[in-house]
Parts: sequence; C-alpha cells; structure tokens
Amino acid sequence: MQRRQSSKTPKQPLQIHHKNQTDLSAWRKGGRIDPEKSVQNHQSPTNQKSDSKQDSLEQALSYFEKVQDRVSLKKNNVLQKHLTTVESIALQRGLPPEGFDVLLNVALSGKLADTVNTRLLKSLVPASVIPETSVVSSVSWLCVSKCSGNIQLLFLRWLITVFDFIDHKEQLHALYGFFFSFLQDEKMCPYVCHLLYLLTRKESVKPFRIRRLLDLQAKMGMQSHLQALLSLYKLFCPELVTITLPGKMKTYFKNYEGPWKAAINAIRRRNQEDSPVLQPLFLGTAQPQSRKRKWNTQLIIPASSTNKNNLEEDREKNRVDLYSTNESLPVEQLQTFSQLLQNIHHLEFPSQMGSVLTNPLLLHYMNCTKDESIYLRLYYWMGQTLQEECTWCVADNNQYEEEFKDFLETVYKTECFLQEGFSSCEEFLYKSLPLWDGFCCRSQILRLVSWIPLSSFSEMKSHLYDPLAQLFFTSSLYFKCSVLESLKELLQNWLNWHVIHLDSESDSQVHSSNTTLSGLVNVVAELIHFVGWISTVALRLENNPTFLLYFILDFYETVCDMYLRYNLPLLIMPPAGVFYPALLSMDSVSLNQLCYIMYRYRTNLVAAKENELSKTKLLQFKFSSQTYQEYNQYIIAMVGCLWTSSAFQKDIHPQGLRMDDELLKKTTVQEFKTSFNIVYHPAMMGYALLFLQQAWPDDTTFNFSLIKGKKWNWYLEYLYAQGLKGLKVFIESSINRVSQASHSKAGNVQV
Amino acid sequence: APGLVPAMESADGAVRTLPSIGRLSRGPAFGRAHGRFGLSPSGRLLPPAPRSQENADPQRTAFLLRKQWTLYSVTPLYRFSDARLRDYARLLSAFIAAEKQKGLAVEVGVELDIKVSVSSLPDLKGSDQDQAAILVQLSSRSAASSKNSEEKLIWSGWFCCVSGDDLSENVPEDFTCLPLFLANGGESYTSIVGSWFQKTFDCRFRRLAISPLNLSWMAAMWTGCKVDKTASAMELVFSVPCLPQPLNISYAIHPEDAKALWDTVQKTPGEITQEEVDVFMDCLYSHFHRHFKIHLSATKLVKVSTAIASAHCDGIIKFLQSQYLTGVLMLLTELAISQIQ
Repeated sequence: MQRRQSSKTPKQPLQIHHKNQTDLSAWRKGGRIDPEKSVQNHQSPTNQKSDSKQDSLEQALSYFEKVQDRVSLKKNNVLQKHLTTVESIALQRGLPPEGFDVLLNVALSGKLADTVNTRLLKSLVPASVIPETSVVSSVSWLCVSKCSGNIQLLFLRWLITVFDFIDHKEQLHALYGFFFSFLQDEKMCPYVCHLLYLLTRKESVKPFRIRRLLDLQAKMGMQSHLQALLSLYKLFCPELVTITLPGKMKTYFKNYEGPWKAAINAIRRRNQEDSPVLQPLFLGTAQPQSRKRKWNTQLIIPASSTNKNNLEEDREKNRVDLYSTNESLPVEQLQTFSQLLQNIHHLEFPSQMGSVLTNPLLLHYMNCTKDESIYLRLYYWMGQTLQEECTWCVADNNQYEEEFKDFLETVYKTECFLQEGFSSCEEFLYKSLPLWDGFCCRSQILRLVSWIPLSSFSEMKSHLYDPLAQLFFTSSLYFKCSVLESLKELLQNWLNWHVIHLDSESDSQVHSSNTTLSGLVNVVAELIHFVGWISTVALRLENNPTFLLYFILDFYETVCDMYLRYNLPLLIMPPAGVFYPALLSMDSVSLNQLCYIMYRYRTNLVAAKENELSKTKLLQFKFSSQTYQEYNQYIIAMVGCLWTSSAFQKDIHPQGLRMDDELLKKTTVQEFKTSFNIVYHPAMMGYALLFLQQAWPDDTTFNFSLIKGKKWNWYLEYLYAQGLKGLKVFIESSINRVSQASHSKAGNVQV
Repeated sequence: APGLVPAMESADGAVRTLPSIGRLSRGPAFGRAHGRFGLSPSGRLLPPAPRSQENADPQRTAFLLRKQWTLYSVTPLYRFSDARLRDYARLLSAFIAAEKQKGLAVEVGVELDIKVSVSSLPDLKGSDQDQAAILVQLSSRSAASSKNSEEKLIWSGWFCCVSGDDLSENVPEDFTCLPLFLANGGESYTSIVGSWFQKTFDCRFRRLAISPLNLSWMAAMWTGCKVDKTASAMELVFSVPCLPQPLNISYAIHPEDAKALWDTVQKTPGEITQEEVDVFMDCLYSHFHRHFKIHLSATKLVKVSTAIASAHCDGIIKFLQSQYLTGVLMLLTELAISQIQ
C-alpha cells in the first residue's frame, strides 16, 4: 500500500487513507485546519472536544518547533502546558505523522532538559505512520551527539518498537553503515544490534562487517545480541560466516517495548472500534498474536493480497506462476474507485476471499462478477469461521464475544452492501439458533436473520421459526420487538429480491433460478402467518403494550402493500388477535396506524379486483375469497366502531365485538353504542376534549354529544390537522362514499 | 350480505405444492442437502472389503500406521494442481524459512534448513472420483549431520479423500476436494504448513473432533472387522462428567467376545444402522452395570481402541491395520465433509 509521503510540504493535497484517522490526516503542520472539512470529518458527538484538542496540539507543536534556548520546565508554565498536551493526546489518539519531525528534532537536539526530552520521546506514539524523513533527520542528530547517552538509548528503543510504523525504509537502509558504526558504543551496542537485525538485508552482509562483529565478539564475549546478528548474516550468506553458532537460542533480544507498545495497541484497538468496517484494515497482518489459543482458531479476517509474495520468493528460480496472473493488478494496490474502474478487466481476486469483507472496492467488483467460485470460496471460509468462533456453540469461546460481535457486524454490513444473504450465514443461523440464549450478540444475530435467503417452508419452520418462537415467548418485551423488526426486514428483503428478480427476468428472458411465483408466495405467506401467530400470543402475554403493537403494525404496513408495491399476488389480513387490540387500543398512534393499514389493504384489494376483471397481468392469481371476506368483516367492525356506532350489532367476525344488548346493559355503561366512535374511543377522547375546549371555551361540562352534524366535520378536520393522516385516508376512502348510501352497507369494498 | 364483495374462488390452493425456490443468495445450494447439519446418517455401509488384493501395496502406506494423527477438516482447495507438487514444496519451504525468521524469538540456525517434500499417495482412494492423497513431509538436516546428509523426519501431514463423492461431485472444477487432513508432529509446524495452504489455496482448516456418537459407531464398525493375528483387547474409555477431578473409566473387552456380541446384533451383512449401534452399546453398558453398578450411558465416551484403530474424541487417531486403513479413512472423510458443509 502506498503510504503518504511525509508532509514537509504543507500545501500538498491531503489524501485520506484511513477513515478513522481522518481528523489526524487533516491536521497540517503549522497550518490552519479548514473548519468545514474538519467538521465533515468528525462524525462523533465529541466534535468540538476533539477540535479543541487538535488546536492545542497544533499550538504545542508550533511551540516546540520554535523553542530556542534551554527552558527550565519548573519555571516555564507554557512549556509545561504544551508538554502535557502532547503527552495526553499521544496517549489518547496517537500523534499524526507530521508531529514526529518537530518532536524528534527538539528531543534530540539537546535544547531542552533531559526530563523534557524523555517525556517527549515517551509520547511518540504513532496514530498511523511515522514519516521516514523524520527518522532520518533524527539519526543525523544522533551522529552529532547533541543529546545525552540516555536519550540516545531511549531513541533507539523507540525506533525498534515503532520500526514497523515507519512508512518507507529505503533511506533508512542507506544509513545502515551509520547504525553499524554505533556498535562500538558499549551501551548502545545491544540496541543497535537489534535495529540492525531489523534492517539487515542480504546485500547488507559484507565481509568487513562480519569481521567487525567477530572482533566485537572476541572483545565482549559471547553476547546474545551479537550472535543474533551473526546468525542472521550467516542465514543470508552462509559462505561468508563460517563460525559455528549455538543452535537454539530462544530470545536474542530483551523486550524493549518500553512505554510505547501498550499505547500503540490501545490506540489501534480504539481506532478499530471507531471504524466498524469497510476500510482497508491491517487486521490480518497486525493482529495481536498473544492469545493462547490453538492454531487457527483466532478470528482474523485475512488482508487482501495476491499470491505475488510466493512468486517473488521464487524469482531467482524458474518463476512459478501459481495462478497465471500475468498482467493483473495486485489487489493491495487498489485504492480508489476510479482505479477499480480502470483495472476491472484485469483484476485478480485476493488469494483469500475472506479479505473482501474489509474491502469495499472488492465488494463492488464482486457484485458485478459472475464467477461462482468467488462465492464458493467465501462460503467455505465464512461457514467455518462462523462455526468455529460462535461464542455459544463452542465451549470456552465466550471471552471472545466482542470479537465475534464485530465479525457478525462485518458480515451483516457486507450483506447489506451486496444486498444479498450469504448461504454460509444462513446455515450458521440454522445450526446455532437452537442453542442460542437470545442474549449473546443479540442485535447482530437478529440482523443476520433479516438476510436469510428464501427457502422452502419445511426448513424455515424447523430451523428458524421454531427456535425463534421459543426464545420469543420466553424473552423480554424488547426482545420481542427486535424479533418483529428483523422479521419485517426479512420480509422486505424477500420482497425486494422478488421485485428485482421480476425486472431482470423481463430484461433478459433468462430464468436463472428455478423460482416459481407460487413457491415464493407460499414462503412469504408462511412468514406472515408466523408473525401473525407470535404477535397474537405476544399481545396477550404482554397485555397489549403500545410499544409492541407499534412493531406489529409496522410489519403489517409492509404486508398490506405487497400487491401494489412489490407486485406480489398475495395479501394476508392480520389475525383478529392483532386487529382488535389495535382497534381498541388506548393509544391514538396504534389506531391511526391501523387505519392507514386498512386503507392500504383496500387500495390493494381494489386494484387486484380491477386487474382480475380486466384480465391483464398476473391473471392466474386471484386472492382467496377468504382474504376479501376477512377484510369485509374487519371493515364492518371498524366502521361500526369508529363511525356508525353499531359495532356491537354489526360485527360479524367470529372473534369480534358482537354482543347482545342484554349483556351490554348489564355493564351499566349508559351510552355503550357510541363508546368506540371517534369521539368516545379511549384513544380519541383526548382529542375530543381538546376540541371541545377550543370550540366552546366557556363550556366546562365536557358535553361530547355536542360534536355532531357540522361540528362532526369540524372535529374531523381538527383530527386531521393533529396529524392523524391514517385516519384521514381511511375515512375518506372507506366511509364517506359509503355513508351516503346507508349504514347497512358501511365500509364494504365497492368495486 | 348485499354489497359485500363476492369473493373469487381461490386459485392458490391448487398451486401450493412447489417449494423449489430460487435463493436470495449466491453460493452452493447443495450444502443443506447433505448431512442435515452434522447429524449422522441413520445407516452406513460397511467399509469395502480390504483392498490388499488390489494393486495397493500395504508397504507403501505402512508408515502411516502406529502414529498419532491429529485430525482436521479442510475446505476444498482452490486452484490446486497435482502436477505442481514440486513447486509447492519449494514455495512451502521458502515460506517456512520466512516464518521462522520473522520476529526475534525464533530458533534460528539448525532447524532452518528444513527440507519439504510434497508427494502423492495414490493408494489412498475409495473411488475413482477421489483425488489422490497428498503427503507433506518436513525433515531437518541438523548441522552436525548435514555432511552425511542424514535427514530426520520432524513433521508429516497428509490430505486425503476416501469416497468423498458427496463433496467432490458438487464443487466446480477449480476446486480440489481433500477434506481430511492428518498431522503428526509439532503444532507449530502444523500451523505454518496449514497457514500456507490456507493462503495459497484459499481453504480453511478446522480441528475435527469426534463426537461420542461417532465413537460408538467406530466401536461397532471395528468390532465387526476380521483381523488375522491375535487381536488386542477392545478398550472403551469413558469420562465421568461433573466431577471436581477428572475420572476416566476404562472398559476392556476381549475382541472375540465383542465380535460374538456384534454378530448377534447385526442383521444385514455389509450394512450397519444406528439402531444396531445403539443396541450393541446398550448391551455393553448393561453388562458393565451388572458388574459395577455404574451406568455408562450417563458418562461420555472419549476413546475407542480396537485392533483396527484407536480414536480419541479430541480428534486424534491411530491406524493399526493397513488393510482397514481406507475403511477408517472413509468414515473420517465423511465426518470431515459433514463439518465442512
């Protein structure tokens, strides 16, 4: 990957490689931050806080850049302030690449006291990369010995620790001789050996250097750091190093990680948290390896790479071309969308398909390629990873729940990106749901459920619906709502898929999969029946809370529009256990939602009937008589309740409100007939009250019977103005027309 | 009632018979058709007759016997080619050298010249569709012995597929099915070699544990096999759950007694059913209970040793009879495939 060059030239356009580091990349040495840009880049609510931090870091750096004479720390408050700023920002977020030049220069120039220099060096924690130039210039400071021995040592330790963060190493390699000359310093020798060990290439091994090392060894005795370097030399050039070195040596160098390693890891962890997914992560190569788990059971999304590595190793021999990837662009060089477009004809997928998950460009590419093997490779990798990492299926995995959550999240986002579910994920859900406690990784699992592909019902029932129902009934209200939400999304994904499928079919005439419309209708119907069933039970269990009702009705908002919006010849009415609780709800939101749904049902049914009569498209499908019957029953009950005050007589639904007058009289409610119309309905009474107060401000008797005739219409207008749009469209479509005819025909769909 | 919509006769009742649905995802549709998510089939065919009469030479696979092999399942290898084994050996040895140099605490020196050989084991096949097994061997030339070129085998591993048609029939040409991997030697080498295969052929290794149910299958299947020499005792090891200290119960049975029992249980020669396995194990359990008043059915079967092979639930196997090698591998291949799919 091409890293950003050092920012010695402040005007150079800013390239942003890592989203999580944008705020740092936007920072310019000695310059101002474009306020708009920085606001754009910050997405967290702590915008201002981090802005001010950035400002103070800028100030601190420009201070250190200009600081001239030896300033005493104790006496100088300004120095103290800036030093603390640098330290705290370094620990929290790491320093931007541009900061290193300034700070290394001041720390190694000996301008300030050693305590300050030490503190500065200790806070050199990289947020992303360290520019090579700043390291080179600090080596030149090292050569002029302006700083004390302790600072030199600390600098070398720092350099060893952050070696992998230096953006380029070519110029550093050119300084190999300088480093080598430091070997003569007894104190620096072990550190310099370590550094040389990191820098050494085959071409660095020279006879005079070997001689020098052997001399040193003769002088200082068998030192493990010298041996390390010698054995590396021997590895590169066995013909030059003829001495026998002891075979096994577990550690050559002491652990010089010092104060930086922990901070670097903490920052990396935080950065990964901040940026959930979809950026070229360095996950695969830089994952901490410390955990004592068996081989290959760590959750690592591989980094994108072609197999070039293997090829290069073999360059000297007759080049082996594993994949015959002549001319292809290595995926790790792929940085921008336009690059993707330019190279799309000779792009090779990475050697491990799992890496596409963290690479949005490759996902784009994947989306438009037809190669099935790509999906198969991803299928196997993901299936195995999900099963192995599942925190509730595999014993002792539970301490890695956060990691697994992140992975599930990544998978979900990829599915959203590709707009299709992974079959490996589906199988994982089927295998693991029966064992799931409904708690671990809850939101991730439920989101993955929404991407389950369509399949035949027998499987869905035993693998998805049954385990889900068990958890649903025994879990909290919140869980119930989450399940309903994800089932709604599942339904919408299926319907979207169906619509797209219809389109592409008419486009190309190619029937790629053996989908039958009736099969699809069956599967969708089963899902809707399942949701109807669990909703009915849940409303009873939870005693009809508005919150739950909202999620249920939300599901039916999709269901009632399937015919017109998704071109699916299917409409299913909600069960009575959902319809009546919504109709008699204490809350106007639910009632309004129900009104809207019934209006959409009507629109869909009327459209279907018209299509049937005109014998146009979708001819072979007709809604079952039961659907019309149910709709009619509901509409009679609804109009009877809200409008004609005749629900107790007219409702003909077997589970409906029909009651004998005798029975009703026993309730001793005086005006029972009107008690559910739009004035007296418990969900509406609040509106009626406010309306009365406005219409008759002086009247304090709350005489609801005043709302009739012309006032009734005013009241309606008032309700509409209060935002009850569902009620409006319902009344306008299902009542007004009919009510003129007679109450006996109330609410019937007239076609 | 007047005015109500006369409902059309339902047409969809008649068409609700076609559950074959296109899928919302790309990917293999076969996955779910097999294995029913890891459940064992209700019946299995016995391993085919020992293949010693055929062209297979027992000597050529003898080195696989009497070693402990750790089992892994491996997803199909992408763009693997039989013709390039030598190249692979070279690349793998370069990879091993690179891995060993990486970092500081590695053992530099002696073990660096590790020789890698990758070869084919054509004898280990169940059917013609099976891919020939692939053997990977790492041997070291220690500094002292390098002059007399004495090589010491330090690690070996092999991929195989015996009657893995379930898998191989369903993957495209670019993929090579060798779902079972067996390793003997240090786990650090397994890790390096496995990582290389994972990176190069986009496959994934996973430890293959053997469930108690499958162990009891092995116990039954292997009891029925004929062995020429005086066979060693059949041993079943059970572990007692929920104890502060681990407690293992070893149950040894004379092989002839076990065979006699099995012969009374098995109905159709050449075929075994789950029911027969259950009956066989229940008989052993009730016999044990009669003597020791311990219900073995409440414990967990962790190890089965017979004259044919021994298997541990952690996924470790030792082959003892070369004539039954492919038979045992066939069952293990099946288990590996069910873990992959």
